[in-house]
Amino acid sequence: MKSYRTYAIIAALMGAMLFAGPAEAKQLNVVTSTTDMAALAQEVGGDKIKVEAIARGYQDPHFVEAKPSFLLKLRNADLLIAVGLDLELGWLPALVTQCGNGKIQPAASGYLDASQFAEILEKPTGPVSRAQGDVHPLGNPHYWLDPDNGRRIAKGIAAKLAQMDPENAAYFQQRAADFEQRLAQAEKRWQQQMAPYRGRKVVSYHKSWPNFARHFGLDVVGYVEPRPGIPPSPQHTMELIGQMKRDNVKIILVEPYFDLKTPNSIASKTGGKVVVLLPSVGGEQQASDYFKLFDYDIQLLTSAFQQVK
Amino acid sequence: MILLLCTAFAAAQTAAAPPPAPTAEDRIRELEDRIIALEGQVRMLQQQATTSQPAAQPAAPAPAQPLETVAATQPSDAAAQQPQLGGAPSMAKALNPDIAVIGNFVATAGHNPIVESPSLAVPETEVSFQAVVDPYARADVYLSFGEEGVDLEEGYLTFTALPRNFVAKVGKMREYFGKVNTMHTHVLPWVDRPLITENLLGGEEGLSDAGFSISRGFAGPKGIYLEATGQMYRGDAGDVWSQSGKRDVSALAHFRGYGDITESTNLDIGFSYGRGHNDLGSDFLTQLYGVDATLRWKPLRRAIYHSFLARSEFVWSDRQQFPARQRAFGFFTSADYQLARRWWMGGRFDWSDRARAAALTDKGGSFVLTYWPSEFAQIRGQYRYTNYAEGRNANELLMQVLFAIGAHGAHPF
Ligand SMILES: [Zn+2]
Repeated sequence: MKSYRTYAIIAALMGAMLFAGPAEAKQLNVVTSTTDMAALAQEVGGDKIKVEAIARGYQDPHFVEAKPSFLLKLRNADLLIAVGLDLELGWLPALVTQCGNGKIQPAASGYLDASQFAEILEKPTGPVSRAQGDVHPLGNPHYWLDPDNGRRIAKGIAAKLAQMDPENAAYFQQRAADFEQRLAQAEKRWQQQMAPYRGRKVVSYHKSWPNFARHFGLDVVGYVEPRPGIPPSPQHTMELIGQMKRDNVKIILVEPYFDLKTPNSIASKTGGKVVVLLPSVGGEQQASDYFKLFDYDIQLLTSAFQQVK
Repeated sequence: MILLLCTAFAAAQTAAAPPPAPTAEDRIRELEDRIIALEGQVRMLQQQATTSQPAAQPAAPAPAQPLETVAATQPSDAAAQQPQLGGAPSMAKALNPDIAVIGNFVATAGHNPIVESPSLAVPETEVSFQAVVDPYARADVYLSFGEEGVDLEEGYLTFTALPRNFVAKVGKMREYFGKVNTMHTHVLPWVDRPLITENLLGGEEGLSDAGFSISRGFAGPKGIYLEATGQMYRGDAGDVWSQSGKRDVSALAHFRGYGDITESTNLDIGFSYGRGHNDLGSDFLTQLYGVDATLRWKPLRRAIYHSFLARSEFVWSDRQQFPARQRAFGFFTSADYQLARRWWMGGRFDWSDRARAAALTDKGGSFVLTYWPSEFAQIRGQYRYTNYAEGRNANELLMQVLFAIGAHGAHPF
């Protein structure tokens, strides 16, 4: 017996797959890697787009599991917005390769790397090696935590949406302008709240906050991680405790996805306070959009500063 | 470079063009924004120019990244909690593809009367080259340097922009039969491969062959992800299939269903069927049937610290041979738990008939402890007990050291 029957079955299956295509949607389908990009896209896209993020706000964006269920989201996307700078290196490229959507492949027109719009800090100057840590080889990818970058990214996304959907170009530009205005308003409030604490020294778990710290005048003097992506070591922790005591640093910022054991022990030895600050929209229910993210963080920070005097 | 800058400048100018700023402060901010936009454009252009492909390359799954590539057409998945070796790519990659090397050293203690392993060995050193070819395809090549020679472990092109969400591959691939068969040695949660690989799925390295593959995902009910894959190969794979004439190709079909039970827990079930001609000639078929099931748990807020994965694979082999057709069955079931950021423990139970003599059954069990001193090295100990059909037992201790250099990794998922 020959194998033709098997091949006929396979051919029939392939044929069936061909006719199972999805229906086209009217709104632009936007998928983003993180909730922050989704929040910014939503601000400018309004009801002309449908936007969905892959990672949750309380997940470490460096380490997201590439679940097949995400493939279904990506498959119908018209536009994929990534944070870039290798933040999503461990999971997004694998999903994009696999999703079978030519529009959002790197180099295709539906792939938008939002880092091109933002001011990037901690760009490596010399040659890059593993000795500097593992997860920020192209500069700090946590750049959305500066409202100025938020404004620039929103503008960039609006321009991209306008290009993809020219009929609604004016709508997107209008919404971007409106967002900018509301952001400027909120900025005044945030700066006012943070004004008494400008120049304060803090330490953070991961290097998630350089843009935030610079914008609001905080001085991040140390990290619980010896290098980005490397878990705390006893020796580094001892050094950090010494430094915090010397410089009288009382605040330890920790992202919601890190274990609190080391930060708590550092706090108890330095008389400091651990603050679980959110790096992303959706990290807690209250932080449901880009504005509320800063509201939440600044509220938490200012009350922590008050408590440690 | 000057050309790049000019282009960037021109692009930035056409892109910006906002209304005139009224105050000096506004003007400064405006200027700042323009410089930042320009810097961004230059970065993007540099990336395009130096990598021949824009945007981040699927080089390395960042450390602690669940290897378990849930997202796979070729799920190169290793236990969700197993460390993925590899790290960030360097910027110095210029026009080269991402290159990585993974070294694998294995020491074996104890006695095995049936399959004697060398006391110290470097079973394979894998060198990988990966790059996006163009907006429509990417290439992945894995060379395996053994102590005796070089082998093309895999080398294929993936077409990523086909119409109707199809994904196709051509080249040499590990065949999509079950889960473990698609996984490279260094992403396995064990030092060795389960008994079914040795007894039913082609021997030491499993099934891999030159051919093509076409795959498509579907949205099932309740957010379930369904996937169908059809593959056709030359028909030479391990000791399972061999080609006596050009028409002796082998064919493979795989169906997969994946569902999120909660945001931390998911279930992945697969059915595989393979058919080809065996070493007795064109008139002798070997057919393989497989069922695999994987349950994963990984709490999103503590994803880098704890995870759990349980997996079983069942394989039925139907081999036409003299004097009688052999119907053999085998399975393994395993579980792995991540205790802490750097520690994993797991166990595996094996049970498998032999494909050529189904009346002979081998059984075994393993206990595995894995430590991960950094993202780029892994130390593993495995205690293995095997009870061979001949009635003889083996108690062995396997020690493995894995290391990765370069922009490794990610096996295409
Ligand atoms: Zn980071």
